[in-house]
Amino acid sequence: MKTLKSLCLIVITCIIFISCNNNDKKKKTVNTAMIPVSGSLKAELTSPPFVPAPVGNRPAKKLIVNMEILEKEGEMADGVKYVYWTFGGSVPGSFIRTRVGDEVEFTLSNHPDNKLPHNIDLHAVTGPGGGATSSFVAPGHEKVFSFKTLNPGLYVYHCATAPVGMHIANGMYGLILVEPEGGLPKVDKEYYIMQGDFYTAGENGEPGLQAFDMKKAIDEDADYVVFNGKVGALTGDNAITANVGETVRLFVGNGGPNLTSSFHVIGEIFDNVHIEGGDLINKNVQTTSIPAGGAAIVDFKVDVPGTFILVDHAIFRAFNKGALGMLKVKGEENKRLYSGVKQEGIYNPEGGTIQTMPDTKKAIKVNPSSKTLAEKLVSGKQIYMKTCFACHQANGEGIANAFPPLAKSDYLNADVDRAIGIVLHGKTGEITVNGKKYNSVMTSQTLNDEEVADVMTYIYNSWGNNKTNVTVNKVQSVRNGH
Amino acid sequence: MKTILRLVIYILFLSISNVNCQSKMAPITGGEYVPLYGRDSLKVTITDFLMDVYPVTNKEFLDFIINHPKWQKSKAIKLFVDKSYLYQWRNDTILGVGQELNSPVTNVSWFAAKDYCETKGKRLPTVDEWEYVAMANKTMPDARTQKSYNEYILGWYEKPKSYNQTIGSTFKNYWNVYDLHGLVWEWTSDFNSVLVSGESRKDVDNDSNLFCGSAAIGATDLMNYAAFMRYAIRGSLKAKYTMKNLGFRCVKDVKKTIQ
Repeated sequence: MKTLKSLCLIVITCIIFISCNNNDKKKKTVNTAMIPVSGSLKAELTSPPFVPAPVGNRPAKKLIVNMEILEKEGEMADGVKYVYWTFGGSVPGSFIRTRVGDEVEFTLSNHPDNKLPHNIDLHAVTGPGGGATSSFVAPGHEKVFSFKTLNPGLYVYHCATAPVGMHIANGMYGLILVEPEGGLPKVDKEYYIMQGDFYTAGENGEPGLQAFDMKKAIDEDADYVVFNGKVGALTGDNAITANVGETVRLFVGNGGPNLTSSFHVIGEIFDNVHIEGGDLINKNVQTTSIPAGGAAIVDFKVDVPGTFILVDHAIFRAFNKGALGMLKVKGEENKRLYSGVKQEGIYNPEGGTIQTMPDTKKAIKVNPSSKTLAEKLVSGKQIYMKTCFACHQANGEGIANAFPPLAKSDYLNADVDRAIGIVLHGKTGEITVNGKKYNSVMTSQTLNDEEVADVMTYIYNSWGNNKTNVTVNKVQSVRNGH
Repeated sequence: MKTILRLVIYILFLSISNVNCQSKMAPITGGEYVPLYGRDSLKVTITDFLMDVYPVTNKEFLDFIINHPKWQKSKAIKLFVDKSYLYQWRNDTILGVGQELNSPVTNVSWFAAKDYCETKGKRLPTVDEWEYVAMANKTMPDARTQKSYNEYILGWYEKPKSYNQTIGSTFKNYWNVYDLHGLVWEWTSDFNSVLVSGESRKDVDNDSNLFCGSAAIGATDLMNYAAFMRYAIRGSLKAKYTMKNLGFRCVKDVKKTIQ
């Protein structure tokens, strides 16, 4: 009996083994190195956030890629200049789209005005240095090399000339996509986003031309963490867009040089994530990790309209260092999927009567205390740091393209009632503050009238504003007036 | 008495000839030092020599090619210069728009630079000589460990389009030599003797000297970066190459026979 059992086992194991072997053999029959090429094609290169047209059903071809290296001054943030080293004039560099089996003939030209030699290491290349050894090129010269794309996926390319860290930190990276035969599944919108960390001599926000700071780079102490090379590259008018019902695919890379990205879209769940840009697909992902020198392909269907914020969910990078972008979705509301605010109320865990507002128009009774201005400022500051600070920042400077400033704000100082109204009821839609447009959402704040009076008084008496002393009565009248 | 008179005449003659047909040169006292990127051994010995105070200017090079037409743009042999040789010049003997007579001449090949120096009875400096003089700041012969020295160099790497500056617009260093940093890259006679493949990560394995050498003098990372980039640019060159940011200056051996 025992012998029979073990015999059975052996037989089963054998069968499993054989079938495994068969599978292996099947996979190996697709040898991408043997894919023939027919004809040649000049590659379309695009600047972020755009990507070239999909490869579709085209056969593998000889693909001509011409990439120019430019060292040029650009803007890191409002008033902050930086000398970027770029592939194709943008950070990240031009997007290259190929299919598996393509024979890429790559010409790397180094503009004569440039100071330094450069090269390119494409992670999609099978060969020494990923092409770096063959592409080392002096200013005013060009180098040609070619490679066959053997593995489908989304790959980072970057400069690998000494000092490598400095070349990458100055923006020398981009993405090359190798699509599988027949292309990736069709989607409605595709965009190109790449995160990078920057190290400047001055602190974040310090104006003027900022030099690269080697020490900070070594310490991994980034002043800016941004999408597509600068603060605000994907916000406001630069936001990427889609319509309700469309499927959006993002090609997301991380140039580094140091930081790993926790890529997240606020208010969306990725339907599919090509983990690390490879074949493995994970579904229903909230945040995907993208290592420095790595990439991921994410796609999701947008079901409801609104502004969806793209962040590195290492969240101080998003709100304090610039890693923030926007996807604006237009279309019909779908209340079944997302209701918006249905009701606001006062939550009182002590068991008091729950009062709803503002519909009932029943103002909460507060004893109009007779606080001095100094007392109001102390209490107002505390409320500010609890409630307002996250978006409007410690000194009321706001965040460019996302949250308007309160410091020296023309919009704030022009109309006290309007400002009180915004704190009480919230504000959605476009406004212009100090000449800049903001199109964002502020929720209504659950503060009582005295708290509103204190925090508003604090704001009006700080950062160069007009020193209005907002009284509780004033707040009440605004509340009752609506 | 006779000897003194003879000496005076000799000196006078020397100085006149200096003024007339030689650009100013500064004496460099030789010594030993450890270059960032040693070729064979760690320490390098430099003997006394003279170095041009300034890089060769457009004016000087123009005078040269008027007398040596074989280096004119249209006549230069293509084996010795690439397509961008004197790229901005309007023709064989007229500078381009916006080019100053006293700006450093650029877009010249190693062959042209070498011949220029030789016609003056000089030669191109070696990498070791050039680096030896260039490691000085205003006050110290070897300022490589100074933060400000390295910041200055790194700062230039990040400044676009500095080739239109005129000579003498940077600082005078310890040896009374100007413009080694902050104006243009400069040719050296043996620029290609250090093999930088361009794949710097590979070079880490190949040339352990670099890392031993820099460790031996307690090099900072900053220093590594500043000097590394000079070696990188040299490594990317071929002798016929010309570049908008690459000029040259000459040096001369000191005759030891003078008593």
